[in-house]
This record gives sequence, structure tokens and C-alpha cells, in this order.
Amino acid sequence: MTETCLTVKNMTMSYGHFIIQRDLDFTINRGDIFIIMGGSGCGKSTLLMHLIGLQNPTRGDVFYGEESLWDADASTRKRILKRTGVLFQSGALLSSMTLAENIALPIVEHTKLGAKRIRQIVSYKLALVGLAGFEDYYPSEISGGMQKRAGLARAMALDPEILFFDEPSAGLDPISAKLLDDLILSLRDNLGATVVMVTHELASIFAIGTNSVFLDAETKTMIARGAPKKLLTESTDSKVLRFLTRGETERPEHNTLNISRAGITHE
Amino acid sequence: MINNTPCELKTSHKQDTLEVTLVGDWVLDADIPSLEPLLTQMTQAGIKRVVFSTKTLGCWDSLLMTDLIHLIDQGAQQAINVDTTTLPEGIQGLLSLVYAVPERVGARRPVTKIACIESLGHGALHFVKETHDLIVFIGETALSVVALTRGKARFRWLDLWMNIQDCGPSALPIITLISLLVGLILAFVGAIQLALFGAQIYIANLVGLGMSREMGGLMAAIIMSGRTGAAYAAQLGTMQVNSEIDALKTMGFQPMEFLVLPRMIALILVMPLLCLYADMMGIVGGAMVTVGFFDVSLLEYLHRTAESVHLMDLMIGITKCAVFGVLIALSGCMRGMQCGRSASAVGEAATSAVVTGIVFIVMADSLMTLMCNRLGI
Repeated sequence: MTETCLTVKNMTMSYGHFIIQRDLDFTINRGDIFIIMGGSGCGKSTLLMHLIGLQNPTRGDVFYGEESLWDADASTRKRILKRTGVLFQSGALLSSMTLAENIALPIVEHTKLGAKRIRQIVSYKLALVGLAGFEDYYPSEISGGMQKRAGLARAMALDPEILFFDEPSAGLDPISAKLLDDLILSLRDNLGATVVMVTHELASIFAIGTNSVFLDAETKTMIARGAPKKLLTESTDSKVLRFLTRGETERPEHNTLNISRAGITHE
Repeated sequence: MINNTPCELKTSHKQDTLEVTLVGDWVLDADIPSLEPLLTQMTQAGIKRVVFSTKTLGCWDSLLMTDLIHLIDQGAQQAINVDTTTLPEGIQGLLSLVYAVPERVGARRPVTKIACIESLGHGALHFVKETHDLIVFIGETALSVVALTRGKARFRWLDLWMNIQDCGPSALPIITLISLLVGLILAFVGAIQLALFGAQIYIANLVGLGMSREMGGLMAAIIMSGRTGAAYAAQLGTMQVNSEIDALKTMGFQPMEFLVLPRMIALILVMPLLCLYADMMGIVGGAMVTVGFFDVSLLEYLHRTAESVHLMDLMIGITKCAVFGVLIALSGCMRGMQCGRSASAVGEAATSAVVTGIVFIVMADSLMTLMCNRLGI
């Protein structure tokens, strides 16, 4: 039943001679909400850059289905990447364009649809993320959370099969972050898309993550993978446990809810 | 590419219910049948309800969604019940998301057409505001200069040296090239006329006076406006975008003193030197043409130049150039500090810094030339 969507095989990432992460091996299945987690500076965002074709690996490869991303020629890579959508950390909307123009940009570029139809699609995407009526606003005129949602609308413009998120809930208040999580979840369910997410927001990780990989900055490789909730109960690695319990090395008794509470009272 | 089954729209009519059957794959690349016949059918009397049959529906994406939304919105206007419960779960989920957050009242902006006269008025108001901002900025700069003379201005001396390095020695190559060529052009333009009278030797006067009184300073100023004025606007603008200027304020620094003063002082100190250097390069350029093409010896040329160019001519050029330095720094820093908080705003700031800078330079130059003329110097 589970269909492989994206595979990372034996990948090493580095800047020049400085190795970021080595020997990465994992598989993302269709319909997963896959979390890339780890402490600050461990190379989470760099890994994302490698997955979406912005940086090429020093060794190893990324496979979309059966197709290699980095062995392919430029036009194949472009075709593969057309099936993906990316939401960058701060939305990365083009500031010289209105929201509608931002979202229409990839649609105009990659389809032959008429202007009226594109306008309809843009309105639909904005309505999906709860921004109906904000077509003619410039990114600088709306709040950070709205920019993030508009960025999501742009990432979804071409109905991608895989959505990548870089720290989607960073800089959002807990309620907005929760709403964004719910939105991601229902988009995954209704569109049948796969979600790959870089985050260290524990609440999101446990709430929506179905699979994950944990990158470690010291050993420069992945030291755990699997469903986050399962990692919390079964992992024996102290680093993973410390991360998932916000530094409380004791494994919590019941469920994830206690962790956040413990964390709050602790502070 | 996967071959999609062509999509179709079939309708059947039962009493007051219109059944719409969706056939095939409704995806972005497909030829989608027009909704118009369906919409006209809906307007026919008696239709109270629209239902969907989706047994034959293949793949679907945003295209089908936009059509459905259009149908539902039209239905809502005509009080027709569009029943979505028979649609696939995914579509129902998305539709509920679309209608989950109602459009915020007043969010949508009405399309307004601005009449010609109105935009003229806006332009005039904008000009008044610009002038006001300029005066305020000059005032703030003056205050920080006062603070500096009383030894109270706070900035890092390292910044001043870095700025001097950046707008002085680093600018020499381009100044060399441009001034040399301007001297060359002046010599050629003059030579053609002067040669008619056999007066080639006066090319030295023309180039020497032209460069020292006018062109040396002007060219240096225009180059520095494009090079350094734009850089100042972009630097300060980006600092504005990154909240660095706010950070400075919270740490108790005056951005005008901390950022604008070192830049301004650097330019004012360096511009006269650049002007002298440009004068020299221009004269070298003139000599190359005169000696190379018009049968005048180098010694004669230099002697002629020394005789015609007085210290006063050089001083006039240098003074003008110092004024240009103030204007370039002023326009660059002002546009940078006024910059909005987005990438495109930084671009606009850099552009308008150069435009403002050059306008100021040319205006000030005309004014000063006129003054020199009246005063007879």
C-alpha cells in the first residue's frame, strides 16, 4: 500500500571541505508528513535545499519515485521539480508583486491557461489558506502569518505532489501555528500530497508528523528515524530523547501533552 | 506524460433537479468544457437543486475546484441549492476549507481609476512632502554635525576609515578611465576647430581649463553618485529592512550620527582629492591626443597648460566637487534612511538616490558656474 515518494540514498552534504552531514539514507512514503528535525545548525535546512534541487550533494543522490534528481539533465530535473512546491521560512514572496501576481507567476509560466481561469485559480488558492479577498495586497502590507499562508498558496499553485516546508511555524503565535498545522494536515488529506517539513517545533512534530529523521550536529549524520511519537517512547538515544523532551532526559509517563506542560512549568 | 481521458460535462434534468455528471480527468493541461451552457441551464425556471454524479470522474485538481466554486457561487446568488455531498471526500474537504474563513469585510480593494488631474494633484502633494523630508533630513544632518563639533557625536572611527577606503582608493580605477577619456574627447572636439586656424597649441588651454574648472569635478561627482551614492542607499535601505537601524536606536545610538556622519565626512574629504586626480588624468588624456596627433611636443603642451591653468581655477573645481560630495552623501543617505521594508523598496531607494544625486549635482553646478561668472572669477 505504501508507495515510495522520495528516497535519499547514501548522501553526503558539504560546503567545500566542511562536511555538514554524511551517509544520509531514508525514504519518504506517499502521504507522509515527514519531519526533518535536529538541533540548530545541524543541517536541516541544507538537507531541504538538497531535496529541492538548489544545492547538489557531494556524494549520493535523491530519488523522486524511481527517477534520480542529480543524475538527470537540467530539463528532467526541471520537470521533476515542477511536481514540488516549497514554502520558505519567511514566505519568500516577491515584494514587488501583489499576492495574486505572486501566485499566478508559476501558473502563467508552466500552463497555458487563460487570464480569467488563472484569476479563478488564484482566488481559490487564497481562499484555501484563508486569505480570500487579499489578491491586490502587497506582501509588505500583510502580517507575517498571512505572508506565510500566502507563501503556502504560492507553493500549492501548480497542485504539487510534494510540499516542502522550512520552519512553517517559526515566528507564529501558538494558535496560528496550530491553525497552520491543521491546514497542512487537511491539505495533505484532501490533496493526497506528501509533506516534508523542517521544524523543531515539538508541538507540530508530535501533532502531525508521521515519520521523521533526526540529524545530529556532532556525529554529522542521522541518528534516528521513524514516527516522532514512537521515537519518544522507544528511542534509547539520549540526544534524541533530550531533544524530544526539551532537555528533560526522563522519558515522560503518558503522552506528549505532559511534555509541553512539564516544559512550561520548568521554565 | 500520462494520457488523460478527455473531460466532459453531461447534464440531465429531473423536475426541479439538475444532475451534472463529470466525466474524465479534470487536470490543468486538459481541455475543459465551458461552464456557460450549464450556467444558462441553471437560470432556467424551475431548477432548485444541482447534484453531481462523479462515478466517471478520473483525476482532478485546481481546475475542477475553480469550476465548482464558480458553480456554487452562482448557485448561491440565484438561491439554487448546489449539493456537494456526492462529490469525492477530498473535494468536499477542500471546499469546506475554502468556505471556512469568510472573506474579511473591507479587505477587497475597489478598483479605482485615477483621473489625470487627480494624479497631477497627487504628484504636487508628493513633491511638497519630498521637499519637506529633504529639509528635515538636512536639519537632522546639521544637528549631528553640531554634535560632532562639540565632540558628542558617537560613531566608530573604523567605519569612517572603511568608508574613506571604499570611496577613495577603490574608486580610482574607474575615475582614471573616465577622466582620461573625457580629456581625450575634449581635446579631439577642440582640436578639429582649432586646427582650422593652426592654433593646435591652444588645445592645452581648452583641456586644462575645461577639466580643472568644470569637467574633472563633474565627472568625478557623477561617477561617485552612481557608485557610492547608490551603495549608501542600498546599504542603509537593507539595514532598514533587517531592522538594524531600529536595533541601533534601541542601543542608544543616533542613526544620523552613527551611520550618516561617517559616510558624509568620508565623501566630503575624498571628493576634492578625487577631483584633483580627475583633473590630472584629463590633462594626461588631452596630452595623449595633442602630442600624438597634432604635432605639438609634450613640453610645449605642459608649459601651455601651466601657463593657462591658475590656482584659482583648480580651487574652483575642488570647491565645487566638495559641494557635490555633500549632495551625493545627502541624497544617498536620505534615500537609504527613507527606504521601505522590502526588497523592491531597496531597489527604488538606490535608483532614486542616483537620480536625486545627479539632479542636485547638475543644479548646483549651474548655480556655482553662474556665481563664478558674475563674480568674475
